[in-house]
This record gives sequence, structure tokens and C-alpha cells, in this order.
Amino acid sequence: MAAPDAKAKVEAPAFREFATVPAIQPDATENIRSYVASDKIQEAIGFPGKLAEDWRETHDKAIGRMGELLERYRSLKVYLDACVHCGACTDKCHYFIGTNDPKNMPVARQDLMRSVYRRYFTPAGKWFPSLVGARDLTREVLDEWFTYYWQCSECRRCSVFCPYGIDTAEITMAGREILDSVGYGQKYSNEIIGKVHKIGNNLGLPGPALEDTLNGLEEDVKEDTDVDVKYPLDVQGAEVLLVTPSADFFAEPHIESLIGYGKVFHAAGISWTLSTKASEAGNFGMFIGNYDQLRKIALRVREAALELGVKRIVVGECGHAWRVAYAFWNTLTGIGAGANDPFAVELQKQLDPHYKQPSHICEVTWDLIQAGRLKFDKEANDGRIITFHDSCNVARASRMGDYPGGQFDIPRNIIKAVANNYFEMAPDTTREKTFCCGGGGGLLTDELLDIRVKGALPRMEALKRVVDDHGVNFMATICAICKAQFTKVLPYYGFKMGLVGGVHQLVSTAIHLGNEQ
Amino acid sequence: MTTLFAILFYLATALFVAGLAYKILDFARTPAPLSIPTTPAPTTRGGVVFRMCREVVFFESLFKGNLWIWTFAALFHFGLALVAVRHLRYFTEPVWSWVAFAQPFGMYAGFAIVAGLGGLWARRFLVERIRYISTVSDHLMLALLVLIGLSGLAMKFLTHTDIVGVKAFFLGLMRFDIQPLPDDPLLGVHLLLVATLMIVFPFSKLLHAPGVFFSPSRNQADNPREARHLAPWAAALEKH
Ligand code: HEM
Ligand code: SF4
Ligand code: SF4
Repeated sequence: MAAPDAKAKVEAPAFREFATVPAIQPDATENIRSYVASDKIQEAIGFPGKLAEDWRETHDKAIGRMGELLERYRSLKVYLDACVHCGACTDKCHYFIGTNDPKNMPVARQDLMRSVYRRYFTPAGKWFPSLVGARDLTREVLDEWFTYYWQCSECRRCSVFCPYGIDTAEITMAGREILDSVGYGQKYSNEIIGKVHKIGNNLGLPGPALEDTLNGLEEDVKEDTDVDVKYPLDVQGAEVLLVTPSADFFAEPHIESLIGYGKVFHAAGISWTLSTKASEAGNFGMFIGNYDQLRKIALRVREAALELGVKRIVVGECGHAWRVAYAFWNTLTGIGAGANDPFAVELQKQLDPHYKQPSHICEVTWDLIQAGRLKFDKEANDGRIITFHDSCNVARASRMGDYPGGQFDIPRNIIKAVANNYFEMAPDTTREKTFCCGGGGGLLTDELLDIRVKGALPRMEALKRVVDDHGVNFMATICAICKAQFTKVLPYYGFKMGLVGGVHQLVSTAIHLGNEQ
Repeated sequence: MTTLFAILFYLATALFVAGLAYKILDFARTPAPLSIPTTPAPTTRGGVVFRMCREVVFFESLFKGNLWIWTFAALFHFGLALVAVRHLRYFTEPVWSWVAFAQPFGMYAGFAIVAGLGGLWARRFLVERIRYISTVSDHLMLALLVLIGLSGLAMKFLTHTDIVGVKAFFLGLMRFDIQPLPDDPLLGVHLLLVATLMIVFPFSKLLHAPGVFFSPSRNQADNPREARHLAPWAAALEKH
């Protein structure tokens, strides 16, 4: 339950005339806090239910876990050591820009942990704590971690500009992992992870509900187009297994893209299936920085692929899911190529090596367009004046196609192939410099609405400019979280919530289904 | 005096080398279990080497991030690199020809060091955000480097020190054959500060110099679909 007055306080900051850096306002967002996970939620996924009664015990456990992570993750170790406090990242975070709280400056967010690291793991911090800004781990510090590590969307924008590539997301993940390990989890993410294990997807849609939804979709599409487009579930021996964020099954505008994927496969004559077991592309294990959860959730896709005997695995429109699929699946599950160990080879010999494994749905569609296998009626999209919002995990943590930066070009190429009116937002807000929607990384929950609205400021400003200059009325994106977040926050900035939609929503509008005459 | 400095430099060198070697080995042996380059990233090893060169030589990311910091950082670091090269003449006999060639440039690089550091330091006072993140050690580090720079410049442009004697001292140290250090208070200060810098190096943020080479977001190739990255501790999970 959202606290009723929490809602009343939510306020969008004013658009800035010039994109100046705000004056800092210490502790501006110290009261915006995620709900803490109950012991039931925690224990269901193997974490301690709550903080120990005795602080000493929590303290030692947290420091112990930190030590383990420092042994396991080079990123954490190097990033905590290497920062020179140069300040290049200080004005790069959308949450700082929108809230002015200095602890939302990436380096300050890192320092929340770096100060503790110094104290317990470096000679300088042991002997001269006040000199190097080292401090003991106290209950207050732990609370501060919980507050501010749940005000980071792990978007990696800061890492683009840091001379050493220091990625605050890695620190945030470590912070969340330590918090979970002492029984101080976030309700939203951990509850969702519990649902994936129990039911198979983040939304907790059981198999029969899924089947109903898909049948309904087939009827709707039939009504609209007079064509029998199929949305198959658990079909043994299909060529393609499509794994997509579960929001695609029922949320608006997500479902419009799901309709689009089905039409693409239909028009190209590719047999495909969804899976009950792998009915979720999202993987919140990444958000909480827990390798075991990340792996366990990803393994569901491997199992589904082996059971169904598919030749290709394709991922729907979802930013962090694509990061996990593209960058981590090969490591976690063997979905990929180039392995020589029995675990991965078992799957890799089943998958068709002519295709990238996994492929993004945009890669599939763009390849088909280039091969001349899809035809469009571009005019069908003429009512739309379109811009594209790069989602952070696609832009800064993955790739599409054969060359670096393909993740920027391919979605844009598709849009331009299916629609006539396209305008870019300002270049310092797109491609690898894109701003997060404000709701990623496990922040898409009602009690954080205030920070989500404020964090959307830089994107909303860039959008405002193309709306004013070009009359843009459709912001396309390829992320389920972006879609949900924008739907919610656009009205706070005076836009209609229907302004956001998927790339395959545009494809869906314009595609020729081949057998309509 | 000479003996004290001799001991100090042996100690400082030992701590510098051992401390740095320990940190580098520690970075190197800690696994990077997941593929996390900040994309767009090069897809090949060669591409990664090229990216790293751009980061180390031109501070490419910093250039994108903040032009002021980049300008001061470039002044300071390029100055430092030239001065370091110039200082090699105290440690080589005969002086290598490229070191000799760099001498005239190195002479003025000292001013670049101090100017660059001055700019960086000014930001720590003038820019509210950077004031907020600065610690005492950030200021001390800048003070140390500025003083090293100023004392060095003073010996070059104000008083002259007996550099033949200095060279004899350092060549002597390298051969374990201690030679007298010229008696010059300014030189004493300069060398004391340099020894301090060497000692704090492995325990401070100066670890950014080796650190940059080990940063996974910069040193990994973007090829996770083509190659399976597996850390030993992660591979062990597959056994059950
Ligand atoms: C691989 C070699 C090195 C690289 C790539 C490198 C790069 C950088 C960069 C990009 C910065 C951030 C910008 C700035 O604040 O200046 C920085 C800061 C700094 N570097 Fe280096 N550096 C290297 C070696 C060194 C060495 C050998 C020293 C000292 C002996 C040094 C001392 C410093 C200091 C003190 C700062 C912080 C300046 C401040 O407080 O603002 N660096 N370095
Ligand atoms: S990862 Fe994104 S949200 Fe987190 S500190 Fe960096 S810029 Fe801010
Ligand atoms: S840009 Fe990098 S080195 Fe500079 S303050 Fe930020 S995290 Fe530290």
C-alpha cells in the first residue's frame, strides 16, 4: 500500500531554461525510501528475514560479505581504489539533476561504501580515518546505504564519463547484495524474484492465464486484420523461442509490441513459441547484484530451450533483460556460442549457429527487412511524429548487430523503415549519453514515485524540445520498464501518457501480413 | 645527512615497488565474472588496446565528461610525464639519446605541472559539488605535488643546485655505493617530498594509475555472445 500522503508530495521539478548544474541541497531525498522486504519475502529467496537484534552481528556479517565480494569482483575492488575524486561524474546522474541531493552524485554514492571500505580494508583508513574520509559501519550508515542504493537505477551513465570507467552500478549492486545478506532487502525487487521462482514470471501470471491472454490476443488481431496471426505457447519443436518481459502480456502499451512480434514471425513465416517456464525475460537478480539469483532466474530459459528443442532464442523489448541476455546468458546458462565445456555445449549444439544466440527482436526484424522479407505501409504511421529514447541497459551495456553502436542504429533503422516522421532528441541525451527514464534498476515501485518523477527531468526536457519544435507525439522505446515508467510520469510533466510506445508497436501498425488480399 | 637520505630512498623504493606490485597482483588475480564493458565497446583485443591507449594518453572519457578538468588534468599529467622523462638523466650514464632530446621540453613542463595542479585545486574550492566530495587527503595530495613542483622549479630557475653531485648520489644508490648528497636545503625538501610521494603511492588514490588498466568496463572486449566468460568461482557452481 502506498502511503496516501506520499502520493500528494510527488512533484515534478520545473524545466530548466538552460541545462545548468543545480546547486546542491544536502539530504533533499533522504526521506524517499523503498519499503523494506518482510521476513517472508526475504526468506522465500534464501536471505535472512531481518536484521539481527545485536548490531555487532549485523556489522560483522556485512563487513564479511563485503570482503567476499571484494574477492569475487574485480570491478568492485578496482573501482573502490581508483577514484581520484576528480568530479567529472558529479553532474551526470539524472537523480542528482532532478533532486539536487549531493548523495545522488555518482562519486558521492560510491563514497557511501568507499568510506567503509577504506576503514576496514585499507591501511590508510585503518590508521588515518579522518584524513581519507573513512568511517565505521554503523546502523546509520546502513540506513543511508538502503536509502541511496535504492535511488540509483544502475544506468551506467556515470561510467561513460569517468576517466577510469568507474561504474557506480557495480557499487550499487554490491551495496544491495550486502544489505540482502544481513536481512535488509527491498520489498519490490525481492517480492518479484520470489514470484519468478514460484510462478515463472515477475507478474505472477500462471500458465492458464497466459494461455487465455494469448488466445484473446489472437482474436483481437483477427478482428483488426482479418488474418490468423498465432501467439503460440509451449510448442515443442518451434524454431524460435521468444522470451519477453511479462508486462508484454497485459500492460499498455507493452502488449502492442507483443502483437508486433507475432506479426513479424507470421509475415516472415518463422515458427515460434512462447514458454510458460520462461515467461519472463526480466531478471531482477541483476538489480540486487546477487549472482545466484541472477543465474537461477536465467537458467529457466535454458531449461525451456532444451525442453522445447528450439533452434533460436529471441528476446523481446526490455532493456535490462537484453543486458542479461546479451552479456550474461552465455556465462550463466550457455546460451551463446564459443564454449567448449559440456554444460554449455549441450545447449550450443542444439542452437543454430547461423544466428546470433540470443538475438534481439530488433535484430530479427531488421535482418528480415534487409532481406526484403517484410513489407510495410509506412503511411499507416503518418499520424505519428516519432522520436526514440535509448534505454540505458541497451545503450551502455549491450550491443545489437555486428559493430559497436549497432544498438543505436538498428532500432532507428526499423523506425525509419516503417514510418515517415522521425526526429532525434538532443545528442547529449541520446545514444551512450542517454538519460535513464528514472524508473530502472528496481525503482519502479509506487513508494519511490517522487524520485522517479524527479529523475525523469533530463529526459522530459529533451522530449519537450522535440515536442515543441517538431510536434513529436510518439516516443518509441524498447524497454518494458521505460514504457511503464513513462506512462506513469509523463502526466506530471504535462504530457499525455499515450506518448510512449514500443518500436514493434510501430512495426505492428505498418506491416503487411502477406495473406490479406 | 647523506646516509639518512640514502636510507630514506631505499625504504621508499622498497615500499613503492612492493606495495604497487602487491596491488597490481591483487587486481590481476581477482576475477571479473561477468562481461561488463561500457558499450559501445571494441569487439576485439586489438580494439581494447586501442581504447585503453586513448584513455591513458588522451583521457578520452574525461574529455567527454568535463573539459575544464580535462584541460588541467592534461596540463598536469603531460607535464609530469615530460618531467619524469627529464629526470631519467639522473639515473642513466650515458644519458639515453631520447632522454637528452626531451630535456628542453621537460624544462618548462614543470610550469605545466604547477598550473594544472593549481587549476585542479582551485576547483576543489570553487566548485560546490567538488568541494562536497573532497577529503583532506585530496587536498594533501595536491599540496604534496605542488610543493614538489615548486621546489623543483626553484632549484632550476632561482638557485642552482649541484646537479652533477645529485646524479652521482643517485647513480651511487643504484650501485650500493653511497656518494655524498650536495648540501642544499631546497634539494633536501624536494627529495623528502618525492620520497613521501613514493611511500603513499600504493596506499592512496594514486592507484588510479595501475587501476585504469584493470577497469573491467574499459578493458573487456564486447564479445559475450561469441565467447563464454567464466570465472573459476562461477564455474564451480555448475558442478552441482
Ligand atoms: C597511467 C598513468 C596515469 C593516468 C592515465 C592518469 C590519469 C588521471 C586522470 C584522468 C585524472 C583525473 C583528472 C584530474 O583530476 O586530474 C587523474 C588525476 C590525478 N592524477 Fe593521474 N594518471 C596517471 C598517473 C599519475 C601519476 C604517476 C601521478 C602522481 C605521481 C598522478 C597523480 C594524479 C593526481 C594527484 C590526481 C588528482 C588530481 C586532483 O586532485 O584533482 N597520476 N589522473
Ligand atoms: S548508475 Fe545511473 S543512477 Fe546510478 S549513479 Fe550512475 S548515473 Fe546515477
Ligand atoms: S569521474 Fe570517476 S574518478 Fe572522477 S570522481 Fe567520478 S568516479 Fe571518481
